[in-house]
Amino acid sequence: MAFVAAPRRGAFASLGARVARLAELVTTPVVPSDYLDMLSPLRASADLRGRIEEIHPETRDAATLVIRPGKGWRGHAPGQYVRIGVDVDGVRQWRAYSLTSRTGRADGRISVTVKAMPDGTVSNYLVRRARTGTLIQLDQATGDFTLPSPRPRKALFLTAGSGITPVMGMLRNAVDELADVVVVHSAPRSHDVIFADELRHLATSGRIRLVERHTDVDGMLDFGQLGGIVADWTERETWACGPTGLLDAADQRWSDAGVADRLHTERFRPTVIVTGEGGQVTFSQTGTTVDADGSTALLDTGERAGVLMPSGCRMGICFGCVSPLRSGAVRDLRNGEVTTAVPGDGVLIQTCVSAAAGACDIER
Amino acid sequence: MTAVMSERPAARTVPVDDPTAHLTDADIENIAKELDALRERVIASRGARDAAYIRRVIDVQRKLELGSRGVLVFSLFPPAWLLGTLGLSAAKIVENMEIGHNVMHGQWDWMRDPKIHSTTWEWDNVSPSDQWKRTHNGMHHTYTNVIGEDGDLGYGLMRVSPDQPWSPFYLGQPLWNFVNACFFEFGIAAYDLELRDSLTDGRHKTPEFRERAQRVLRKIRQQVTKDYVVHPLLSGPSALHTLGANFVANLVRNLWTHSVIMCGHFPEGVDTFEKSSIEGETRGQWYLRQMLGSANISGSPLLHLMSGNLSHQIEHHLFPDLPSNRYGEIAPEVRDLFERYGLNYVTGPLPKQVASAWRKIFLLSLPNDAAERVDRVLKRFWPKWLRTA
Repeated sequence: MAFVAAPRRGAFASLGARVARLAELVTTPVVPSDYLDMLSPLRASADLRGRIEEIHPETRDAATLVIRPGKGWRGHAPGQYVRIGVDVDGVRQWRAYSLTSRTGRADGRISVTVKAMPDGTVSNYLVRRARTGTLIQLDQATGDFTLPSPRPRKALFLTAGSGITPVMGMLRNAVDELADVVVVHSAPRSHDVIFADELRHLATSGRIRLVERHTDVDGMLDFGQLGGIVADWTERETWACGPTGLLDAADQRWSDAGVADRLHTERFRPTVIVTGEGGQVTFSQTGTTVDADGSTALLDTGERAGVLMPSGCRMGICFGCVSPLRSGAVRDLRNGEVTTAVPGDGVLIQTCVSAAAGACDIER
Repeated sequence: MTAVMSERPAARTVPVDDPTAHLTDADIENIAKELDALRERVIASRGARDAAYIRRVIDVQRKLELGSRGVLVFSLFPPAWLLGTLGLSAAKIVENMEIGHNVMHGQWDWMRDPKIHSTTWEWDNVSPSDQWKRTHNGMHHTYTNVIGEDGDLGYGLMRVSPDQPWSPFYLGQPLWNFVNACFFEFGIAAYDLELRDSLTDGRHKTPEFRERAQRVLRKIRQQVTKDYVVHPLLSGPSALHTLGANFVANLVRNLWTHSVIMCGHFPEGVDTFEKSSIEGETRGQWYLRQMLGSANISGSPLLHLMSGNLSHQIEHHLFPDLPSNRYGEIAPEVRDLFERYGLNYVTGPLPKQVASAWRKIFLLSLPNDAAERVDRVLKRFWPKWLRTA
């Protein structure tokens, strides 16, 4: 059969390509997908998007979003995260959230659980303002904070706050494949514990041992006392997720005990962008790095360093100088507004009216 | 008619007919402060409402274009031809004006949507967007109405100020202007390519020019293939009618955009500036030049949409990168500023502004003394609504 099927597939493929080419001739200067996006934004060949179909409050400041991903979604491994682009007040913002759903759900949907951070633009939007039916942008799932195969004999999950989310993704998928699980979870108070009912149910049904720590009452977890909580912690394959302080302390403790290779961490807020006046400017395409003050336009900084910078009016009106800010912070010299970016945000800035507001990387 | 602003604000020397003669340097700096503050207010309030606006315009435009092209498949039937041609003309106008022109200005860059961004947008026009952005955003908006710097002033074909020396070539400028209007997108492409200057000074032999020229040719080929080959062929028996419809739609778009753009800088009351006047120009003086060098068109919301809000040319020239839906909202404040500082806010209905611009083009095709005599005679015949101060 194969020798018959192959040429036929080829013929279909080339017919498809011809139709696509013809469609391009009709839709130029835009592409056919710009029209198809109006009808079917979640189709397989579209840029990956998703639609928020359900929103469930978890605690006072956390909610789970059930998302129907586009047909191009390639699935995920429990513990991985997905970058989500949402339009908040008209501006597209990208953030990463751990997937909390079971993999391969019959309805094909995925879920993330978001905790509103103080001043968090996106998290507050998603928890308090987002509406079902909203289209969002998605990346494919990624991350290596996952369970190995075969599963470890003994596991410890060490989490705090929204750090429970990737762990919940793992537990929902694999708790029955794990013989011996301890979850040590910290949250300010009992009612702040995300997935509290589900975790407590897993504990009462004997599938996990749950140690809840309510830090407003009990104080922060003291790693010196860890042995008193989980006696055999050095023998356990451990996944830790939570604030930087918790992860730094865990790194230290595991490394002091000589079992650093047993510890897997997920730093879900890894980038703290320090803003100030001026800073080190990297032009990553040319590999040039220079120090710039807070009042010199990045266009001038780049040109002085010999970087080929696109330019135009040099007064902020023509947008001829627009360049990608890969990471870091810049300040608009006209109104002092600071713009920050981390890789993948796709932020473009006008270099003729922007100065360094901390270390930054301009892709030129 | 010509405002001269000296490079040293402390020693402003101005001719008697300078419309800014009554302004002190402090006034001009205060105008800048007020306008900067207005801009900041708009930027601080940009949000979901604005994003929804442009997405809706794009959505409606695409549906209108697709629908019209669909109707034109049956253009053998006169009602279908008429409806399809009207729709396609409107779709092309909206695409060029309210969407393309404004997106390429970076008015929507703040949304960080890569699909609606000045760096990625390509428009339904034979001039490639990056070449348009360089001459339009970079040259025209920076050097607005400065003779010799702003090529939009007559496109190098026309005399636009009585201060420019007259030559017999200008006798034909009403004709040049009409031909340019009919084939405006090609005129723009040649102009963005700096075709004439490049042919004169030998730049046309450089690899850089050839590369750019090739991209213009490729864009022309794509546009022509779409409008005059593929769409007619898809119309089967209606092929010739569809071809005609595309031609008419492009012509309507060209005439309309040319008229709107002429109304922006040509009507009576708009000033031009000498090159020497912008040396050492302050931000306030730049704002002032934009205020005096632009003219609005008054009319309905539909007119504002179809003109890409270039009917608010004054507001657009003050703030080329503010979202177009905001120009109408800030116009009363801008007009109030003009009045408080005793400046002439040039505006009028479309027919009046178009006639005013054409009148100027006719008169300037003649030597100054002849023009004055003709103008005196013609003034008696102007209908009342066409008479300007």
